[in-house]
Amino acid sequence: MTGKKYDVIIIGGGVVGSAVARELSRYRLCICVLEKELDVCNGVSGRNTGLLHSGILSGEHSLRTECCIEGNAEFDRVARELDVPFKRCGKLIVGFGEREKRSLEELFSHGKKCGIPGIRMIGHDEIRAIEPNADGEWAIHVPTAGILCPYTYTIALAENAARNGVHYYFDQEVTAIDRREESYCVHTGNTEWHSRWVINCAGVSACRISPMLGFGEYIPKRVKGEYEILDKKVGRFLSVPIYPAPGEDGDCDLHITPTVDGNVLVGPTLEEVGEEEDYRATREKIDLLARQGARLFPNHVKREYFIRNYVGIFPYVADPLTGERVDFQIQSDKRIPHAVNVVGISTPGLTSALPIARRVAEKVKEQEALTVNERFCPVRKGIVRFADQDDEGKRRLIRQDPDYGEICCRCECVTMAEIRQAVHNILGVSTVSGIKYRTRATMGRCQGGYCETRITSMIEEELKKEVTEVLWNQKNSQMFTGRVK
Amino acid sequence: MDVRDVVIVGGGPAGLAAAVALKKLGISDVLVIEREKQLGGILRQCIHDGFGLTRFGETLSGPEYSQRFIDEAEACQVDVAVNATVIDITPGKIVTIDTRDGLLQVKAKAVVLTMGCRERTRGALSIPGTRPAGVYNAGVAQSYINLYNTMVGKNVVIMGSGDIGLIMARRLTLEGAHVEGVFEILPYPSGLPRNIEQCLNDYGIPLYLSHSVIEIRGEKRIQSVVVAQADKNMQVIEGTEKEFPCDTLILSVGLIPENELSLGAGVCLDERTKGAVVDDSFQTSVPGIFAAGNVLHVHDLVDFVSLEAEALAEGVHQYLREGCLEEAGIRVKTDCHIGHVIPQKVSGNKEVQLSLRVRQPMKSCRFRIRQGGSIIREFKVPKAIPAEMIQFRIKAEDFLSREDIEVTVDE
Repeated sequence: MTGKKYDVIIIGGGVVGSAVARELSRYRLCICVLEKELDVCNGVSGRNTGLLHSGILSGEHSLRTECCIEGNAEFDRVARELDVPFKRCGKLIVGFGEREKRSLEELFSHGKKCGIPGIRMIGHDEIRAIEPNADGEWAIHVPTAGILCPYTYTIALAENAARNGVHYYFDQEVTAIDRREESYCVHTGNTEWHSRWVINCAGVSACRISPMLGFGEYIPKRVKGEYEILDKKVGRFLSVPIYPAPGEDGDCDLHITPTVDGNVLVGPTLEEVGEEEDYRATREKIDLLARQGARLFPNHVKREYFIRNYVGIFPYVADPLTGERVDFQIQSDKRIPHAVNVVGISTPGLTSALPIARRVAEKVKEQEALTVNERFCPVRKGIVRFADQDDEGKRRLIRQDPDYGEICCRCECVTMAEIRQAVHNILGVSTVSGIKYRTRATMGRCQGGYCETRITSMIEEELKKEVTEVLWNQKNSQMFTGRVK
Repeated sequence: MDVRDVVIVGGGPAGLAAAVALKKLGISDVLVIEREKQLGGILRQCIHDGFGLTRFGETLSGPEYSQRFIDEAEACQVDVAVNATVIDITPGKIVTIDTRDGLLQVKAKAVVLTMGCRERTRGALSIPGTRPAGVYNAGVAQSYINLYNTMVGKNVVIMGSGDIGLIMARRLTLEGAHVEGVFEILPYPSGLPRNIEQCLNDYGIPLYLSHSVIEIRGEKRIQSVVVAQADKNMQVIEGTEKEFPCDTLILSVGLIPENELSLGAGVCLDERTKGAVVDDSFQTSVPGIFAAGNVLHVHDLVDFVSLEAEALAEGVHQYLREGCLEEAGIRVKTDCHIGHVIPQKVSGNKEVQLSLRVRQPMKSCRFRIRQGGSIIREFKVPKAIPAEMIQFRIKAEDFLSREDIEVTVDE
């Protein structure tokens, strides 16, 4: 089967791929995104801490730090444009004892050197004034850090791109790329896609795509991080993320982060897993999260508040010659016309996604003149959340759409109106987890006990699916085996 | 704002029983608010029989049992709002309800909390492994099969021996699924003996005590679970791990009273029951707010839910008449063998029924109630198990003073 011909094919619908899609939709280009999963942000982008980084922890890698600072500075505007919940709450990196004090001082002077705005070294009293539930003898206060929901942001970028004409195709894992007569042929399963440009934003898989295009071989490395999500009951006891002072390796160990939706995250545990893509939670790490978490956030990290755990993968890329971790790579090469290779995007990829996307657009412009798409609109409206409204706002919503008068998810107070809008999302995602990520239904303490049946029946009814076609999150993740006989 | 004498939150077995009992006491203005499209609560999906032996002296299915109360509520003209979800209750008893007709607010003179309970989830247990499709709570699977006519799987492992899990073992078997076994981490079952007999033994489904699921495997749909033996401290015994292939894991690992609305109303909860602290009139720490049924403490049989909710009506009646209830200053304490007790405090001026559960199975038990060094009441039961609620009464004249009482048990 042969797919349509595009000007640009973007491989990967994570936060970087979706940011690139949105950025390039500012120009008159026919663009598609090929995503191997059934929704955007099903890999690295959807499974992290959801922090808008300041850049202080981005180490010596210059592009990484530069993109992070740039992305941080513009995010209030981006969040407004894309209707993404965001809080610039700041962050505390806390330490005890002389060793940690020294490590904080080193980090502080590094931060100053990088030009991280507003950072200050503070003592115990000021720590308590900022967050009464935090503890530490010293801390770096990072006022520009913030919290956002990583999948809401990625979905918003993708939806805005789609609104501006980008086509998303799911279940399209790229198996090969050929160059034929001034254009590329990208193979996915039994489909061939043709385009003038190919942009590799494949995240964890970017190292696999890179040599297909003729760019270099990189060694993908993965750090596995386990998290626990705590009940919103404890969310009100934490206003800022609390990080411990960096250890010997320069990495901050597991931290406590409020989410923009009101939960608290404990994690990640950090564990090198080589090239393996391992999403298994382990008893050992779950116990560690409970123990270490209780130290950073006393009295609130308790098992009775655990509502879900998850595993994130933090990929990084090693140079095959030196074995060293490489900086963000946004590459183009005269010998490989009309291709941009984005590899090595590790944390803070979420914060850096749009700055990376602009740099990708610059690479494209180096090779061809782009015409501005005058119909481009940077504004995207998300599904209006019933739970976020005051009583008057709730009344207005029910008047506009009586489905807002029917609660579907009790824990998160999500209505049938929101579920229906999510089921008819512009990207055409129809998985149960897709509805979850778009509405927060099933994300509360009962974990779908009340609402999951309603969501699956709405998917069946609205999208005319058989029960056996209802999928949890990925291909072959059937929810049901059939009808009761 | 609409003002009502009594607003009952939840139209399941507790809410309906309370509504009917209140009507019978002559309270005319009673409104039941139900989030589902029909009354009946969780009983709607409990199509098996065994309900009603205590309350009605005959065995009924869940829908039959709840229909009796629905009919009675209709006969005595209880006001009902269905497809209406209470989203907030203030300490001043203003109840906010989300409905298709708008956001309604009702000022209640008295509120009765009968929201029932929810299931403990995989997330709450932090079961290690992957997160594939095919992992269901027993009640959710029951809803899919009995209300949505949808089959959740064919080759099933059940974790936890709670009653719904046992009922589902039988239900899935009857629908043609293979149930590999029920794995219970404790050395005794959590569900009722009659369910072990009728749902597992009658169908040859093995029950593995002191066993737990320690890992979930499979990327897309669940492919297997790893099960291991557990010691008496519920710690995994290394070397006993065994993998069981399956396409479905059903969890029946406990129920938690659903008290988020109660917390918003300022109601104090009991750490042990996860339900409200109540007195001998079932009044919570907020005057005029009462609670009964599974929202108060998880019951073993629905009959006791109804009976408890019926018993609550008297206190609500008195509260409406007099504007307050007398202080219940006598705390009910328990020894370490008793998991919890309802009510947690009593007035000492009237007969009270204590409901409690033991922490582990006990034989030839002697329960004693002490007040100020004297034994004011003593009961003997041939056996007590955590799965079964135990109830006994203390008469008004049994109380010797205003001192706290303590319930103890020995074998």
